[in-house]
Amino acid sequence: MKLNTIRRAAVPSIAALAMTMTLAACGDSEDDPNAGTDGSGDYSLDTSIEGEVAVDGSSTVYPMTTAAQELMAADGSAIQVSVGQSGTGGGFEVFCKGETDISDASRPIKDDEEAPICAENKVEYTELHVATDALTVVVHKDLAVDCLTVDELIALFGPKSKATNWNEINPEFPDQAITGFIPGTDSGTYDYMAADVVGDDSETLRKDFESSEDDNVLVNGVSGTEGGVGFFGYTYYEQNVDKLKPLSIDNGAGCVAPSAETARDGSYAPLARPLFIYVNNASYTDKPAVKEFSNYYIANLADIATGAQFIALNDEDYAETQSKLAAIGS
Amino acid sequence: MSNVAARTASSVTAVNLSTGKSKDKNLGSIVFLGALWFSLFFGIVVLVALIVDTAIDGAPRFDKYLFTNFTQTFDPTQAERLAASGRDPKVLSAEYSGFKSGIIGSIILMLTTAVMAIPLGVASAVYLEEFASKTSRFSRIVEINLQNLAAVPAVIYGMLSVGLMAALGAQRGIAIGGAVALALLILPVVIITTREALRSVPSEIRQGSLALGATVWQTTWRQVLPAAVPGISTGTILGLSRAIGEAAPLVMLGFGAINFAPAFPFIGSKIEAFPLEIYDASSNSQEIIRESASAGIIVLLVMILAMNAIAIIIRNKFQKSW
Repeated sequence: MKLNTIRRAAVPSIAALAMTMTLAACGDSEDDPNAGTDGSGDYSLDTSIEGEVAVDGSSTVYPMTTAAQELMAADGSAIQVSVGQSGTGGGFEVFCKGETDISDASRPIKDDEEAPICAENKVEYTELHVATDALTVVVHKDLAVDCLTVDELIALFGPKSKATNWNEINPEFPDQAITGFIPGTDSGTYDYMAADVVGDDSETLRKDFESSEDDNVLVNGVSGTEGGVGFFGYTYYEQNVDKLKPLSIDNGAGCVAPSAETARDGSYAPLARPLFIYVNNASYTDKPAVKEFSNYYIANLADIATGAQFIALNDEDYAETQSKLAAIGS
Repeated sequence: MSNVAARTASSVTAVNLSTGKSKDKNLGSIVFLGALWFSLFFGIVVLVALIVDTAIDGAPRFDKYLFTNFTQTFDPTQAERLAASGRDPKVLSAEYSGFKSGIIGSIILMLTTAVMAIPLGVASAVYLEEFASKTSRFSRIVEINLQNLAAVPAVIYGMLSVGLMAALGAQRGIAIGGAVALALLILPVVIITTREALRSVPSEIRQGSLALGATVWQTTWRQVLPAAVPGISTGTILGLSRAIGEAAPLVMLGFGAINFAPAFPFIGSKIEAFPLEIYDASSNSQEIIRESASAGIIVLLVMILAMNAIAIIIRNKFQKSW
């Protein structure tokens, strides 16, 4: 038992040490998005630990956390992890009441609305950046548009937009009617586009575009309609590369195409967004199952992210996540 | 002449429809008949098309892993890569994804729901039908409320159960929470169909029993209830068939993905519901997981049809003609 404790305490620090060494070793080398530098598997899972871990929150991060759950079970752990998906906001609501141990989030916790409730219930938490998503704006394959500036994005999706033809967005664009397909208002993807990209005070997008909670519907809509445009997480684009055409985004520094690399290095702005898990500190220190799951999750982050088709973190962000995890309860 | 006059309109229609030879050549009648046939075919064709389409989509995934594996979402190539470090790709790759937790979960949910809803529902119906005064204001209020409750959306019962579970301080996503919501959902249906069944027992049976000196209680318990079993069982199983497909109230109750078998006694254990698991899979980005969702839909359909078949078997076995 004592040996176990020592080993568990040692793991994060060893991992952090290894991290620093790898960082130093491969400063400028090209990153292989699939391998990552670390976070692929040399964590020694303690299969004797039993217990329950309750996770809820964002449906965007859900596939990532279920991948962690599946991988840990495949490695022989008996820890019982349940993963809900009541949305980022719904997740924080129960997380701040202390009903869940970990909350998935596709945006940071809101300081004015959600954080005070956590504080009121004395729930202390740690935010861990686990993956990156690149919101991908796609159009019909035959549309002769390749790149949009951020202003053109706002003109296209903003709540005040009245544009019905591509040449109203930019005179150089073809004379083709616009048909929009956007995620439902409950999704974090919609929120991110509305609040962080378009940035209108109303935090909404235009209402005359067709919307669906199921991204597959958006894929079919855009690929089947001439002049069709839509946006969703990078995963859905990746699975439908042959049907859709992704648009590059010009944020003042030239057109940048969405890809794992540009999302990782931050150049795909402003559409690359971080995905988080929030860990309840008390659960982490008091419940061995929560601690083991969190440690395993972060140690195997690259495998989990690529397995669930997310974009793995770059070295710098990964090192930060590891040090934040190591800091819990110390 | 007189025997022709005695034939009712419905028997004439039945004969004409069954032989397909209507003597009525009036244009209006033919158009109307055509409209009826169209309505009938439209409903059936849409249903058949839907089922066939789903079955074709799911065809590659009708294998044993559908029942023996938990949900697996790892992209097959990634699973291969991870398998290199000593893991079994069959427990990771989306190609072998299954619905074990959902199938087990939904069976537990159905059993718990039945245990709660059937005794309560049958007892309420027996009281209302056999004991309560039919004319009292109380009975009439209950009657109206029952009809209204049967039309309340499932989510409302979900919210009620969320409140109840929170008041009891129970964990989120456990079997009993979902079962409470589903039991409340089908309770009005159970009560209404049970009352129908009790009403269809001829009053001569009751009077005969009472005349032989049995009490009201003995009459109800030994004569009326056994005679009403076919109707009661059909009603409750149809109610349960509706409940097994419900997803909305369970989302509210925090039902999530699990990949472990629930521990005994199941009611306090976290479970996953089959419809929710199918919904998850159907909106996944990977085609291969969406295929498993189609296969899952067919499995759920077979489960529901099996429940309905049980209802029909029970009805036929116990049916009496008076």
